[in-house]
Amino acid sequence: MKNEIITITSKYQDDRHRLMDILIDIHDLYGYVSEADIELLSERLGMSEVEINETITFYHFFSRTPRGQFNIFLNNSITACMRGHDLVKKALEEACGTTFGSVSQDGMFGLYSTSCIGMNDQGPSAIINDKVFTNLTTYRVMKLVADLKSGKSPDEAIYESTGDGNNSDPYVRAMVFNNIRKRMVILDKDHIKFEVVRSLLKGHSPEEIIDIVENSNLRGRGGAGFPTGLKWHFGRRVESEHRVIICNADEGEPGTFKDRVLLTEFPDLVFEGMVIAAYATGADIGLVYLRYEYRYLYKFLNHILDKMRKEGLLGKNIAGIKEFNFDIRIQLGAGAYVCGEESALIESLEGKRGEPRDKPPFPVEKGYLNYPTIVNNVETLATTVRIVKNGADWFKGFGTKDSLGTKLLSVSGDCKFPGIYEVEWGTSIREVIEMSGADDVQAVQVGGPSGVMISVKDIDDLGTTELMKWYKPSGMMVAQKTFDRKLSYSDLPTGGSIMIFNNKRDLLKEVVMNFMDFFIEESCGSCSTCRNLPFIMKQKLQKILDGHGVRKDIDDLLSWGKIIKISRCGLGQTSANPIVSSILNFRYLYEQHVKAMADFDNVFDLEKSVEAANSFVGRKANFHHA
Amino acid sequence: MNTTIKFKIDGREIIAEKGQTIVEAAKANGVYIPTLCNFEGLPPKGCCRMCTIRISNRYMTSCTTPVAEGMEVESDIPEITDFRKGIVELLFVSGNHFCPACEKSGNCELQALAYRFKMMVPRFPFLFPQKGIDATNPKIIKEQNRCILCKRCIKGIKDDEGRSYFAYKNRGNKLEVVLDEKMGKEITDALARKAMDNCPVGSIIYKELGYYQPIGKRKYDKKPIGSEIEI
Ligand SMILES: Cc1cc2nc3c(=O)[nH]c(=O)nc-3n(C[C@H](O)[C@H](O)[C@H](O)COP(=O)(O)O)c2cc1C
Ligand code: SF4
Repeated sequence: MKNEIITITSKYQDDRHRLMDILIDIHDLYGYVSEADIELLSERLGMSEVEINETITFYHFFSRTPRGQFNIFLNNSITACMRGHDLVKKALEEACGTTFGSVSQDGMFGLYSTSCIGMNDQGPSAIINDKVFTNLTTYRVMKLVADLKSGKSPDEAIYESTGDGNNSDPYVRAMVFNNIRKRMVILDKDHIKFEVVRSLLKGHSPEEIIDIVENSNLRGRGGAGFPTGLKWHFGRRVESEHRVIICNADEGEPGTFKDRVLLTEFPDLVFEGMVIAAYATGADIGLVYLRYEYRYLYKFLNHILDKMRKEGLLGKNIAGIKEFNFDIRIQLGAGAYVCGEESALIESLEGKRGEPRDKPPFPVEKGYLNYPTIVNNVETLATTVRIVKNGADWFKGFGTKDSLGTKLLSVSGDCKFPGIYEVEWGTSIREVIEMSGADDVQAVQVGGPSGVMISVKDIDDLGTTELMKWYKPSGMMVAQKTFDRKLSYSDLPTGGSIMIFNNKRDLLKEVVMNFMDFFIEESCGSCSTCRNLPFIMKQKLQKILDGHGVRKDIDDLLSWGKIIKISRCGLGQTSANPIVSSILNFRYLYEQHVKAMADFDNVFDLEKSVEAANSFVGRKANFHHA
Repeated sequence: MNTTIKFKIDGREIIAEKGQTIVEAAKANGVYIPTLCNFEGLPPKGCCRMCTIRISNRYMTSCTTPVAEGMEVESDIPEITDFRKGIVELLFVSGNHFCPACEKSGNCELQALAYRFKMMVPRFPFLFPQKGIDATNPKIIKEQNRCILCKRCIKGIKDDEGRSYFAYKNRGNKLEVVLDEKMGKEITDALARKAMDNCPVGSIIYKELGYYQPIGKRKYDKKPIGSEIEI
């Protein structure tokens, strides 16, 4: 045991910054991290034991107690719940002989709930020993568990054929479907791989490449919408020995799965975008932060990186350009939505808990290991390849004045054709509803929580406050009367998550409660506000749903929702949005539940609270208050 | 090169040095911005959000934001005061704070801020969470009921090799600060005392030295928090 741990830490040069990799390797071996492992890690890495424990206990896929031989992480997103999650959950409990959050007595099965795993268009889905199982039903669950019990591996249990496209590649072999419904320029199949790096870069200086991207007015597709050219420009400005390009493949916003499809079908495009970004900014270190849920793509992606190295598209003097040295490493996450926030992502890359950093300084000044760091979304990087190839003017031919180009939407929920739609910016919600074959629509959730954007007037003095004009898109629940609103940065900005709810859904009980649980589960806990308020507000909503609400409770929710805006990162700042935006757009749903006449209800019901005792002793208590 | 910077807090002119944070500059100019997780000499980390201010309509933490020429900071305005009071209330309801029975009463910054903001009954319901007390260490009691997770001990109490005695555990509303069992056994008296003094509330208690300062003669018994700064 001791030797194995030492082998692992030596593989990473006993570097504490590689703690994530070390812990993942330990989990692959033992399934959890024991007291003895921590002691040894503490010696090898020069950290105290509590510091190592801090990282372990932060991530959902890490454990301090033994897990099962098969660990089943069932996704509990709202769309999964709408498609039979509860039945599947019950079937799993029965088949595995244990309850969620625990391991069966024979040590065979561990059952766990997990936030959105990027499969909203094919839920309920689960991850079993890093393999994804989609479209689960009670029948499939029974069959699956029986297979595992009979000695099949999860790999062998993917008997019902693998998915379309590269999902069937020998390096992937996943039961996942791309569901690409509409292609425009980014999802264009007829492109020549690595054409830009091979033949176009040489003819342009790095500054010219940045100019092209800046002229295109491309804005980040991760949700925050920061101008990409400007970000590259900043990343280039700061003097430094090293410079870092990070591809943000953490895709954790509930309801998004477009980065998964890009990584499956267009990985070359994403990596090419990274190489272009490296050339433009002078970066030499490339990192992909891949969410653990997408681990089934890890080998496949590394295989492509190997091919690129062989073809001279990574490594030294890339594509024959002298002194252009750049390579890419894929870092796996371990289950934490907040790690999609760029500075939390960097903390995680350094082996720490994913707690966002205070800004300033911004990553472009001081990021990974304090080097200037450019974090870009998967889709942003893929888009830059098209822009450099076809020019800024071509790109401006798509979209609206303030939102140029196309956007990948991840559409899920109550519709006939969930999946990926590449649309021009400016598309209205009504059009999306029609495209996806949805009817009887009650509400559409556009965009989950996302980051913060700065726009900088004076690039010569980074870091002063007047330079930081934040722009904060946020999850919005849109009601029918506003379905003509358009997807754009000035109206409805979005990272691409579109969830549709029909009139049979209870928006408050099902949807809003599910979203609040998500925020409570995923908060890093650092801010006093974000750690406590979502829980308190959810309790208040529960009070209303239980019929104990009064009018003031609705006003309280609105006013408490303001306090949370002073949290550090986009997660906290938007965590009251499910409640606040549903009050603003669906106030009548709240008013149906609250008592119209009463001013006060303290929830305590004397008669109810002694009911159980009454029935136990078999008599009725006398109340003197009535 | 001129390193002096001029800016305004609530209309009042502040003269600062380049590189200072807003909190530091405010203090040097006799303006009190309440803080809780900030501690002189330690790198700031905007955890408690108490020092939130507004600049060009954006909320920032003044303990982490450097001063800049000409900026206009809003601090003592009704909206922000209400947020700050809200934070105090959140910290009260999310822990179990029974001031009269607490060794830190009178020296406690949370209690002092509650007085300063005239908190009567918190607007939020009390959560009465179940939290434990770790008294296994020979020198320190870690009282989780009172911990406000400010990180001051994590950042401030380290050994010669830079390893922390304290660290976070878990995340979200299950977050805790825990003391390293092994390192904790070896902690010196001086460092254990320092840990208690570092803690803004009564979550880290140095054993065998109860009430060395009588109640009534403690820091905030005489003057409200912030009055040492304000002019
Ligand atoms: C809580 C939170 C989660 C985020 N998750 C993601 C994510 O999964 N993927 C992503 O690209 N950006 C995510 N972001 C936005 C990133 O912080 C960052 O803005 C983005 O990666 C920048 O890339 P872009 O400019 O290309 O969009 C998240 C932000 C927040 C606050
Ligand atoms: S807002 Fe929430 S998730 Fe973001 S840093 Fe604060 S506590 Fe962590």
